[in-house]
Amino acid sequence: MIRRSFYSQRQYFVIAIVLGVFLIYLIKLFYIQVISDKYRILAESNVRRTLVQYPPRGVIYDRNGKVLVTNEPAYDLMVIPRQVQDPDTAELCRLLDIEVKVFREKLRKARGYSPYKASIFIEQLSRESYGFLQEKLYKFPGFFVQPRTLRRYPQATAANVLGYVGEVNPAEIEANSYYKMGDYVGKSGIEKSYEKELRGEKGLRIVMVDVFNREKGRFEDGKYDQPQVQGKDLISSLDLDLQLYAEKLMQGKRGSIVAIEPATGEILVMVTAPSYDPNLLIGRKRAKNYSQLVTDEQKPLFNRAIQATYPPGSTFKLVVGLVGLEEGVLFPSTRYGCSGKASRPIACTHSHYSPLDLIGAIEQSCNPYFWNVFRTSIDKFGYTNTSVGFTEWRRMVTSFGFSSGIAADLLQQSKGNIPTIKYYDKYFGKNGWRSLTVRSLAIGQGEILVTPLQLANLSATIANRGFYYPPHIVKKVAGVPLRFEKKATAISPNNFLPVIEGMEHVFQGGSGTARWYAIDSIIACGKTGTVQNPHGKDHSLFIAFAPRENPRIAISVVIENAGFGATWAVPIASLIIERYLKGRVVRPELEERMSSANLIGE
Amino acid sequence: MKKRRPFLYNVDRTMIIIYLLMMLLGWLNIYAAVFDEAHKSIFDLDLTYGKQALWILTSLVISSVILMTEPRFFSTFAYVIYGGMMLLLLVVLGIGKEVAGSKSWIGFGDFSLQPAEFAKFATALALAAYLGNINTNLSRPLTRIVVGFFLIIPMILILLQNDTGSALVYLSFILVLFREGLSGGFLIAGLVAAVLFVLALLINQWILMGIIAAIAVIIGFFFYRPGHRPWVILIVLGTLSMGYVFGVEYAFEKVLEPHQKTRINVLLGKETDLKGAGYNVHQSLIAIGSGGVSGKGYLKGTQTKYNYVPEQSTDFIFCTVGEEWGFLGSLAVLGLFSTLIVRIITLAERQRSAFSRIYGYGVASILFFHVAINIGMTIGLLPVIGIPLPFFSYGGSSLWAFTVLLMIFIKIDSHRQELV
Repeated sequence: MIRRSFYSQRQYFVIAIVLGVFLIYLIKLFYIQVISDKYRILAESNVRRTLVQYPPRGVIYDRNGKVLVTNEPAYDLMVIPRQVQDPDTAELCRLLDIEVKVFREKLRKARGYSPYKASIFIEQLSRESYGFLQEKLYKFPGFFVQPRTLRRYPQATAANVLGYVGEVNPAEIEANSYYKMGDYVGKSGIEKSYEKELRGEKGLRIVMVDVFNREKGRFEDGKYDQPQVQGKDLISSLDLDLQLYAEKLMQGKRGSIVAIEPATGEILVMVTAPSYDPNLLIGRKRAKNYSQLVTDEQKPLFNRAIQATYPPGSTFKLVVGLVGLEEGVLFPSTRYGCSGKASRPIACTHSHYSPLDLIGAIEQSCNPYFWNVFRTSIDKFGYTNTSVGFTEWRRMVTSFGFSSGIAADLLQQSKGNIPTIKYYDKYFGKNGWRSLTVRSLAIGQGEILVTPLQLANLSATIANRGFYYPPHIVKKVAGVPLRFEKKATAISPNNFLPVIEGMEHVFQGGSGTARWYAIDSIIACGKTGTVQNPHGKDHSLFIAFAPRENPRIAISVVIENAGFGATWAVPIASLIIERYLKGRVVRPELEERMSSANLIGE
Repeated sequence: MKKRRPFLYNVDRTMIIIYLLMMLLGWLNIYAAVFDEAHKSIFDLDLTYGKQALWILTSLVISSVILMTEPRFFSTFAYVIYGGMMLLLLVVLGIGKEVAGSKSWIGFGDFSLQPAEFAKFATALALAAYLGNINTNLSRPLTRIVVGFFLIIPMILILLQNDTGSALVYLSFILVLFREGLSGGFLIAGLVAAVLFVLALLINQWILMGIIAAIAVIIGFFFYRPGHRPWVILIVLGTLSMGYVFGVEYAFEKVLEPHQKTRINVLLGKETDLKGAGYNVHQSLIAIGSGGVSGKGYLKGTQTKYNYVPEQSTDFIFCTVGEEWGFLGSLAVLGLFSTLIVRIITLAERQRSAFSRIYGYGVASILFFHVAINIGMTIGLLPVIGIPLPFFSYGGSSLWAFTVLLMIFIKIDSHRQELV
């Protein structure tokens, strides 16, 4: 029994071992649970997944509420490389219809971007592969599908005006921290100029996922979520029907049509030809199609309506006349003689009754008449005082918006050119030039360059008798009308009356250059132009507005290499005006002749 | 004249209450670990928590049967039970079905039992019967050898089933033997062996042997007295240590399975493999560590519920406790186990019969070993060794086996005044 009682002391030693071990455990537990917050953070990063919510971009409607641009759902397959655990590569590749080599390469790239952050593995899965994939996705931890929206253009129209959407490039990310890799951004046209309104605001949804990457609920009941803000819908000033009609007429031609509502500056039609189907620049085929369009010799991505510049030709005679009237060197009754093709220093294109007054000169587009008007303007302060006279002349000309980007919301527009004194001084030496030297300006030739939009705006300004609103393509953002500042020209309203009278004669007069295309029961006013083109056949130009009182449409039509202005530009403008004002066209054979003509390559 | 007594007469209420409480907590934590919105009923037999309810109910039946058994039955049939269990271990090697690399299950229809779980209480009974005999004495080599056989037989049989964790449990009997008079030298030797094992894997073996030799020489120098021999023993021990270090190196390279090597290397910090072997422990630490002071709340743990922790209802059930109940919950669970184990030890000491006392120590040692290994593993202090947390982990075999283990002690303790 002594031995037993001695050993019974050992119970305390055994108890000490038990309690000692448990105490060590408690200390370790206290450290990891109470003191260190390392594991709390790791636990959150385990279960927390931040999902970026891409709001659908705003829808763009035409002025009558017809859809120009809308959205359709698309699905991007995303990957978080770190969470990828020995996937059944073969099966995944089969589901995605890609080669194993491509799969590995994509995974390596994603890992290069970030092992922890989600990056796009495959853009815009087709609806079928999304369907197949969705059911099997739980087998592939690290992969998930991110819903996105793609642009869709119900009518393949106005591609250059609407623009397109593409993935942000590094420069855009650099410039604006809102954008992250893989985001989409407007690259041109309305998509770019109204990017901020259209895109809305990305949202964040923080969810919890299990080890198989399945969503299990919202993190902290969505306390840290950021709601997405939907993009704002735009109402464009475009008239879809008229736009489609104008595009049809421009088939097989190179050039552009711009139509403006004079009272507001709203652009009703903006056609550039040749163009492209905007649906080519969405989805996975964008890159391929884009490079094809860029290298296309017809330059379909070039928006001629605002980017191409042409000498305005005879249409500019209206401006020369208006400036003359305003300067007091010309009166409606002023007559100048014309010797037809024998006229000097500028010949006339044809023989006509002489001498003509202003209205007749506009009707018949007499070159010598406007040379005389131009000469008296420039020489107003003396024959040798050219620069003073020219400065004043130029001030009045540019008040029509020439030599500046007049459109309020169109990007990449050309300013055109009205030459300056500095330019001529440099070219001919200071005071080394006279009105005679720069005489071709009188008939809209020479260094002067304008865009089709500026021409349409000229038409609208005359229609308004002296003012214009900056032309714009969007009239309402999220239902709120946009406001634009009215611009007045340097010409008093009264001086427009004889010019308008002359323009009316262009259609209605017995010798008017557009008399064959007068529109029944509509008093339209216009002016033709034929622009000499050193590279080929002349360009055919025409500007017009109608009706004469309370004009509703002002238009410019430019057809490249089409020859005489009256042949192509006038009938096309006439058809468009008729269609817009009457809602239908009663000259089907003309319509047919215009739309089927192919002038490219002639 | 003996009167028939009610079956709960004289049983220790503390142990009964802790036993019931632990089963209940275990069940609730299993429910939380695999909680599924789609199957909310805790009695759903398709899911682990539903089955565990069944295991708990049957455990209560087993408890009642044991409490109604004459205590003398256990001492009388100790060797028979032991022999039967060893046979069963042999049988399982033949007809057992393999689950997760271990061939340790015998199937009965949908259910299967793990004999290794039941071999523990049988061994404790046999050891108590043998050492309780007045003729045995642990200072005698023969007794030591016989005891060694009692322990080594189930260990080998279980190792053959490829269930290392369960085999290691028998090492816990060293505490029983120590209490029964085995020299403390064995405990110290065991401790030194463990320390040397770790050091041998961490430090270059030649440097380590240099250190051992230096320590032996220094100690020998101070203890050197002409005519006395303890320094000779020291030199012998030093040499043995060096041999052991070599042995460890050799055993580690040649004997251990690759996954066991990785587990040990991860624990020692020599490998960081957060996707492979280190994944379990890393996720387990995240789950427990993220619990904070008072936990995330019942059913609100994310790491366990969303399957980040593997085996979260069996070997890693403590993660759910740590995550949802925090440090306070961990403290409570460790407190319950401490109370139970210390209670068993104190009660063992008040037994009149040596058999009862030794069996009590066996129960305490087995429970302690399980708790220490299991929790030590989940908090990254010990390598991953798959053994269940008593009364908490999901599983019929282990719950039944621990119930039998504990209930036999409670029963014989209620007769502590008798010499069973």
